[in-house]
Amino acid sequence: MQNGESGVLTQFQQGNAAAFETLFHRHQRSVYCWILRITRNPAAAEDLTIETFWRIFSAHARFEPARGFEGWARRIATRAALDWLRASRTESELSTEMLCEVAAPAEADPAVTAEIRLKTAMAFEKLPPKLRIAAMLAVVEELPQKDVATALGISVAAVKLRIFRALRLLRKDLEKQGITP
Amino acid sequence: MNEDDQDRIKKLLQQALPPVKGDSEPRRDLWPAMLRRLDARPAAPILTGWARFNSVWFDGALAAGLVALIASSPASIPVILYYL
Repeated sequence: MQNGESGVLTQFQQGNAAAFETLFHRHQRSVYCWILRITRNPAAAEDLTIETFWRIFSAHARFEPARGFEGWARRIATRAALDWLRASRTESELSTEMLCEVAAPAEADPAVTAEIRLKTAMAFEKLPPKLRIAAMLAVVEELPQKDVATALGISVAAVKLRIFRALRLLRKDLEKQGITP
Repeated sequence: MNEDDQDRIKKLLQQALPPVKGDSEPRRDLWPAMLRRLDARPAAPILTGWARFNSVWFDGALAAGLVALIASSPASIPVILYYL
């Protein structure tokens, strides 16, 4: 199995289209899920999955089979999602519609009203994309900070700093709106 | 901001944005769209931040230079049109 996987990776690195198709079918779901966690927009996640694999295919010669495909694909997916977050910052109307669809979690705190949840989500969306992506993955999705650091290509200390700055900015914004967490 | 404040903000954020299910799947088969993307011409590189500013600045300077050249020397118009 391992030999098969490494064979596919080597063939992909050499530009073999069949190997790329195999990797696409094998990893598209995990790449989609990863992007969905960042964007929370299924349509955008589908488009960005295709964009990610297009970037992967374009960069096949730089791929190092010994380092594995999953982590490499995840880093490229993260960059694609970050580009999308930056580009969609001004499209607040679309995002607001999307946020309105955010359902309450099963174990929702009754003291936190739907209005507060919506305002929190909207305030979070206003954060700089670099801070938002770190907080989204580490705080909301509760992924290990080491994994987040690897995906973002930064140190764990930098991830902690970005989370801290994101939470501080979020708190300030909410306090301005009269919400004291 | 102390740790208690951070924990409260984290909990509020988790209430506002519940985690995405780990078993989510695309709603359609993405391979046909992937093939179309591969067949299409390579897209222009995505410029962000400083690179985008540089690009805009360069385009503007080029256009301004061209206008200045035409204004100062109308005889150059056929030459410019030839090279366009």
